[in-house]
Amino acid sequence: MTIVLTVNGSPRTVECKPHHSLLEVLRERLSLTGTKECCDEGECGACTVLLNGRAVDACLVLAVECEGETVQTIEGLAENGRLDPLQQAFVETGAVQCGFCIPGMIVAARYLLSTNPHPSEDEIKEGLAGNLCRCAGYSRIVSAVSLAAERGQGQRQD
Amino acid sequence: MPIIGSSLSRLGAVERVTGAQQYAADIRLDNALQVKLVSLQCAHARIRAIETAEAARVPGVRGIFTAEDLPQPVPRFGPVVADRPLLAEGETRFSGEPVAVVVADTHDAAAAAARLVRVDFAELPAVLTVASALDPNAPLVQDPAKRARDPLARTNILQQWQFGWGQVDSAKATLVVENDYAFPMVTHFAIEPHAFLAAPDANGVVVWSPTQHPYVLQRVVASALTLPIARVRVIAPDPGGGFGGKGWPKFEPLMAWLALTLNRPVRLVLTLEETFQAARRASARIHARTGFTGEGRIVFQDLEADFLLGAYADIGARVVSKASYSACGPYRAEHARIVARALLSHTTPSTAFRGFGTPQASWAVESQLNEAAAALGIDPVEIRRRNLPEKGEAFNPHDTPADGEWTTALTKAAAAVHWDSPLAPNRGRGISLGLKSSSTASRSIAIVRLHFDGSASVLCGTSDMGQGARTVLVQIAAQELGIEPDRIAIVMGDTSVVPFDSSTSASRSTVFMGNAVIDACASVKAQVRQIVEATPGASRDMPYADLLAAHFGPPRGEVIGIGEAGNRYEPGHPLGGRAAFWELMCAACEVEVDPETGEVTVHTLALASDVGKALNPHQVEAQDEGAAVMGLGHTLMEQLVLGADGRILNLGSLDYRIPSIKDVPLELHSALIENADGPGPYGSKGAGEGGTLAVAAAIGAAVNHAAGVTIRDLPLTPEKIWMARNANRRLGD
Repeated sequence: MTIVLTVNGSPRTVECKPHHSLLEVLRERLSLTGTKECCDEGECGACTVLLNGRAVDACLVLAVECEGETVQTIEGLAENGRLDPLQQAFVETGAVQCGFCIPGMIVAARYLLSTNPHPSEDEIKEGLAGNLCRCAGYSRIVSAVSLAAERGQGQRQD
Repeated sequence: MPIIGSSLSRLGAVERVTGAQQYAADIRLDNALQVKLVSLQCAHARIRAIETAEAARVPGVRGIFTAEDLPQPVPRFGPVVADRPLLAEGETRFSGEPVAVVVADTHDAAAAAARLVRVDFAELPAVLTVASALDPNAPLVQDPAKRARDPLARTNILQQWQFGWGQVDSAKATLVVENDYAFPMVTHFAIEPHAFLAAPDANGVVVWSPTQHPYVLQRVVASALTLPIARVRVIAPDPGGGFGGKGWPKFEPLMAWLALTLNRPVRLVLTLEETFQAARRASARIHARTGFTGEGRIVFQDLEADFLLGAYADIGARVVSKASYSACGPYRAEHARIVARALLSHTTPSTAFRGFGTPQASWAVESQLNEAAAALGIDPVEIRRRNLPEKGEAFNPHDTPADGEWTTALTKAAAAVHWDSPLAPNRGRGISLGLKSSSTASRSIAIVRLHFDGSASVLCGTSDMGQGARTVLVQIAAQELGIEPDRIAIVMGDTSVVPFDSSTSASRSTVFMGNAVIDACASVKAQVRQIVEATPGASRDMPYADLLAAHFGPPRGEVIGIGEAGNRYEPGHPLGGRAAFWELMCAACEVEVDPETGEVTVHTLALASDVGKALNPHQVEAQDEGAAVMGLGHTLMEQLVLGADGRILNLGSLDYRIPSIKDVPLELHSALIENADGPGPYGSKGAGEGGTLAVAAAIGAAVNHAAGVTIRDLPLTPEKIWMARNANRRLGD
């Protein structure tokens, strides 16, 4: 079947099967491989994307549910090669190790800051509780989100 | 600002925050076929027949292969012994071992066909525990005929050792502490599941794998397929976390065979569940008898360690021997005897995992010290101080002497948790050291190319799996050549381009590849000096670009330096070589145990590691902290649970918990001890595994301190703590 959705600001038409997840369509049909696949059961957060501005696990959303909807992935955060303030903060604080969890982590943090521009440390942890990092760079990840928030860049950018 | 010792931002960080970084599963090869494995979900079975006709009718299927379709005898592989068949032959030996493989145009077709492959099998009794592995009546995991000339072939002991010195049996001690300790089966759970690609090329075959050891993989694939090494090219994209789980070959030999047989690129991405079944840490049961003087000095260490490996050897025996050899930890002991066994079982092959067996041994030996301290009324910090060797002292008589001021780590970690201050109710503190033997015999080669414009490229076979090797090696080259880091490129992970390297393991890359880069830069500089002498009008202070322009003229050229570093193979040494350095970590903590639920909250975790010199302090701290939080996983929550049929019951992320952001200690401190006394560049030692060594015994002691319970089998789950507390209460009543 054919679905039409908006991905990172552009309308996209995709052929997919009813059982295909949004994650599969992003990675395999649209070659947006920045969104990562790990657990495929909504526990690790590596595939977090924004669906109509809300953070979702793309592995748990069927692609057909996204007909007419708006999706933003990690590839859509930087604008004209300029990093999103969260991305910049992750680089500066050394929050990135192997990096595999980082796209999901940043998208989840982007959603958190869109709903709570100045989160406390506990609120950051709550907001990112669904994103696993086995390098366990968690304390630096908290610092990165705090730094982006401190810089007043927590507001949603649309 | 000096380049060495500054926290240069991680190379590749921008690619990783934008999603541009290509991990193995992100690579797209034109015309690639998709591969799906077919496996049985029981530990041990005899395969009677495999029916593939129905599966083969699924549109898009290009091939279904079982062991019968492979070259005969079925190729076997392994890093040490070639005991593992490409596909199970006649019998499966662990839950999840593939019996067939489906290749199709699409992933959907491969998955649909895999579900239609019918395996007629008979389940057989399985060996799942240390006790059953040692039972002389247990079924044999491996065919004795395939262990020819091995006197242990008719047992499930893959290999056994006895290490030590002195006379344990006649040693006189005032206090003898004797206990059994258990360490659980845990899994690496890198967030990147394993992914493999293979394709034929003009020279032979190319294999893509997020491997930590490209040159091991090249050798093993070549050997399995009886190809010359030159015909196998390994491309190793940066792993999305390794931790040892991506060290040793898994499905790459099968993938290479498929690519050559079908003459097409093939791609296999494992699910997380399949990844759990592909690699794990060895569980262990350790019986420890430790003798002490009345002043708390260790008289003897008498250890018996049984490590439960899986169905195939992988690197498991090396894990056991290496960890057991230095199981006595960083302490003096007049007498020592360590008996260790590597046991085969019908479980997922166990492999390297951060700490390489030492976390298992440390859990026992360090907990023994804490128990002795309590029995003798000596402070746990003090009892360690009394047993630690001076720098230069041969504490392990046949190996490298103590190479650091280890009491400093103890003092720093204790101070960071305010060791002597009063405690609130339900709180407790604990401390532990951990010591790991580093790389023994190994070799690293690096190439440094000074280009015509004065920029440079570093070529090396290290894998950057998050530890930051790219960044540190560029820092070293920048320092040595006097070139800004942003004018240096680093190329890794392609055996057709980079020279030989033993492995990215044992915290060895900064030391050995770092020294190889220094050596290569020295060669470049020596050639540059010759160029200065040979070029009229040239001087030593000329920029490289001007000098090379003057020297080479319009045809242009470049200067290439080759460097090498390693430690020698010593055939007489039980491990084939002495430790290049010791990796020492101290962990101290303050925890709170909820009296109602038994839940442990880690309020403070303080780490102190002796790193010689931190070339990039932020990266070293991040590694130490990450290793420590990983250690909290096996200490507090992680354990693969097997059913009676040998299946992993908590297969996948829903039921197997690893530390999340909410499990991180409320305060996490890391201190680096830098006396520039290591063998690596600028006095560095390896780092990054230490945190996994010391956390468990520190937390165990703190839980004992807070709740009055002694638990010797990890993990320290709320349930176990609650049960132990309530057992105590009933006894008290």
